[in-house]
Amino acid sequence: MQKAMNMKFLNIKACCAAIKNYSLARFSTLLLTIFGSTAAWADYDVNILPPVTPISNQIYGLHMYILYVCAVIFIIVFAMMFYSIFKFRKSAGAKPDVNFHESTLIEIIWTIIPFIILIAMAIPATKTVLDMKDTSNPDLTIKVTAYQWGWRYDYSAEDFGFYSNLSTPWSQIGQPGSPATEAKGKDYLLEVDNIVVVPVNKRVRLLVTSNDVIHGWYVPQLGVNQYGIPGFIKDAWFKAEKIGVYKGQCSQICGKLHGYMPITVEVKSEADYAKWIKDGQAKWGKGAALTASNSAPKADAAAEDSAKKFTLAEAKDHGEKVYAANCVACHQLTGKGMPPAFPALSGSKVVQGPMDAQIGVLLNGRPGTAMQSFARLNDTDLAAVITYTKNSWDNNTGKIAQPSDIKAARKI
Amino acid sequence: MAYTNSTTAPASAHDHSHADGHDHDDHGPGSWTRIFTTTNHKDIGSMYLWFSLFMFFVGGSMALLMRLELFQPGLQVLQPELYNSLTTVHALIMIFGAVMPAFTGFANWLIPMQIGAADMAFPRMNNWSFWLMIPAAILLFASFFVPGGAAASGWTLYPPLSIQGGLGLDMTILAIHILGASSIMGSINIITTLLNMRAPGMTLMKMPMFCWTWLITAYLMIAVMPVLAGAITMLLTDRHFGTSFFNAAGGGDPTMFMHIFWFFGHPEVYILILPAFGIVSQIIPTFARKPLFGYASMVYATASIAMLSFIVWGHHMFTVGMPAAGQLFFMYATMLIAVPTGVKIFNWIATMWRGSISFETPMLFCIGFLCMFTLGGFSGLVLSIVPVDITLHNTYYVVAHFHYVLFPGAIWGLMAGVYFWLPKFTGRMYSETLGKWHFWLSAISFNITFFPQHFLGLAGMPRRIPDYALQFAEWNMISSIGAFILGFSQLLFVWNVVSCIRSGEKAKAKQWEGADSLEWTHLPSPVPYHTFETAPVLK
Repeated sequence: MQKAMNMKFLNIKACCAAIKNYSLARFSTLLLTIFGSTAAWADYDVNILPPVTPISNQIYGLHMYILYVCAVIFIIVFAMMFYSIFKFRKSAGAKPDVNFHESTLIEIIWTIIPFIILIAMAIPATKTVLDMKDTSNPDLTIKVTAYQWGWRYDYSAEDFGFYSNLSTPWSQIGQPGSPATEAKGKDYLLEVDNIVVVPVNKRVRLLVTSNDVIHGWYVPQLGVNQYGIPGFIKDAWFKAEKIGVYKGQCSQICGKLHGYMPITVEVKSEADYAKWIKDGQAKWGKGAALTASNSAPKADAAAEDSAKKFTLAEAKDHGEKVYAANCVACHQLTGKGMPPAFPALSGSKVVQGPMDAQIGVLLNGRPGTAMQSFARLNDTDLAAVITYTKNSWDNNTGKIAQPSDIKAARKI
Repeated sequence: MAYTNSTTAPASAHDHSHADGHDHDDHGPGSWTRIFTTTNHKDIGSMYLWFSLFMFFVGGSMALLMRLELFQPGLQVLQPELYNSLTTVHALIMIFGAVMPAFTGFANWLIPMQIGAADMAFPRMNNWSFWLMIPAAILLFASFFVPGGAAASGWTLYPPLSIQGGLGLDMTILAIHILGASSIMGSINIITTLLNMRAPGMTLMKMPMFCWTWLITAYLMIAVMPVLAGAITMLLTDRHFGTSFFNAAGGGDPTMFMHIFWFFGHPEVYILILPAFGIVSQIIPTFARKPLFGYASMVYATASIAMLSFIVWGHHMFTVGMPAAGQLFFMYATMLIAVPTGVKIFNWIATMWRGSISFETPMLFCIGFLCMFTLGGFSGLVLSIVPVDITLHNTYYVVAHFHYVLFPGAIWGLMAGVYFWLPKFTGRMYSETLGKWHFWLSAISFNITFFPQHFLGLAGMPRRIPDYALQFAEWNMISSIGAFILGFSQLLFVWNVVSCIRSGEKAKAKQWEGADSLEWTHLPSPVPYHTFETAPVLK
């Protein structure tokens, strides 16, 4: 029984099909590139991405510097090695010089020279470390809260905040055994629903923390890679000097969907940024920012309407979308989940049972499991998705959750 | 039992006539219970080596499953949760199940022969330290089949993610506890043997390099295995008994786990490589037909690497937000390791210099080791620079780096050792042709697999993800193709070893012209079941 369950994870048939069906077009393009023109190499990254902040510029410079030093040492060491391999080979009649096995002078020389090279590397690196750790005098502070599996950004001075989640649909990703039904887009796995926006040429200080496990806020071109650690706030900073969109991903393994929590930062001109702040305050609601004293995730205020009365059809319709965005990765489209880690909702006692119990699970999560709290969703979304699960697959309870139920439960 | 007594007698005892007249083979060759009851260092050494070979293929198969998933973007073969479990268990199996036991296997076989002792100091504990590994391995395998699956938090088991795991995580913790106990027993045995049972005239500074590296490694193990045991015990009580060592809500700190873990974890890296340094330091002089260059400085370099390894753990944690002073300290200390490591590489090259080199399979693997380990050292130097590490931390660059030092480092060191000593162990020769095929296929496919991962990391691809953005597709595909060639090439090794044992040509007592340690100069091939019951006297 257990074995059968695990076999499901590892779908041999699917993997054979995947290899057989895969078009090798991209691969042959690469081969062509290697053996064809070198100019086309630009399409394939072989180095750190173009830096856009003073720190990432220094990082880029440091890396190139150390790479060149290593390259020179490499050439010398490998030349010595291959010279001795060639020159002193027995088949060429080399006779061993058994007395050449000790030389204090040589030992001292090749201890001291590397030491000097290291000092030459450490000096510029130290300077960059000190710059990097100097988070003083920010023009703007953004609080970054990681959770399984997405990000929340709070602009405390502007007094609003929002969630930023992967927006690539699961139909592009596919599942073992059921291949993707949609072609992968240009920004596959690197696209989010709400982009975090910062002004150009301003010192942005990030306060990074986490809501559950350790995550890593990592955007290479900005020169930031900072763990978010639950219960602690760590800071980092960047000053983007070029308008544009910069992408990154969670850098620390954080559970099932670690590979599916991208970061997108857009650097805008001062005027565009001001406009975005206005729009943001309107969209997500002023006063929705998390403060230190109020660190529980707040409901997303967007499209909130607690007074709304759902009909069953309406709720199911809306709930299906919420389910697809938040639940499907674990509980699956079929509602059958992947037990035992991710239990089935179809036929579940909790889902078919009393309303309050299910609302409780969604608001509080199940500690010690991957079932997180979804209190960050607004009342409407929660009510809709609960109604959807109560009336889909093998569940025909006919029960409808209303936003007011959620609102009431939140107060307890 | 007289047999056991004779083996624990001090090596300096010339008179061991009390052992004569007893049947030395009372649990010797021929009896099937021998594998459970044996206290013979050669038996136990072989068991360790076979066990690690098996685990090497299990861990390797897990790696191939992951490379299959990464062959192209999208999810095709593995659920993300299972993928995470495979990354976790692949690492644990390769570290604790393949590389460490293999080194202990060599230690068992070689140390008594190289220092002129009759056996290890504690033969029964030796038997125990092997057999403890079996339940640990079973726990690790079985954890895949319990509710919630195997540990999926990465082998570093960082809380709070590891707090979320199911029963599989508890089984993993228990397995690591048992493996740690086994390692500590093995280390005590090796240290005691090396310090007390050397033949007359075999001073410490006359020991073969392999013995020296193992002496230092064993001390490292005794120092850090209890630290790991402490960390995972705290994890266990956090998981089940309401403690909050690593839970901020209860006054703990998840970062504390990282500090404790890496205080173990960095010396562990050297536990995985120092014995390989020892093997290479014996093979290169043999095939260069001249003594190891700078023997004393090699010993000192090994000891300094070991000592430095205790003060560099923070370089695994540059992104946790430690203060500038902490980052700078760990950066300088880490860079410093390049000095003794450089000394070792220069010494090996100087050993070849003005030698008379031939290129049998063990030497090929050692030269491959030198080349690839140097590359891995360079990427290590790059990663030691804090600002550069910030942009490369937890990317594929790191994956490339540690596979460059561990596969051609630890594993090729081991493979070189197997080819080198197989004639001594079995009395038969392996096939040079097959061995050379094995080397060249491994060398080429290793680089196809791991070199592109540097590019992936530089371009920002995080590690431990089952799926990736489209710009990473080409290098991943190349890497997967390389991985499959690499994985299947290792079957040549098994074939070579098995056919050597079954039908290889007879080997000479001193199969290698340039070999000079006791097992080659004083013992026939194959070595008898009991050796050096009378300690040889060295001048």
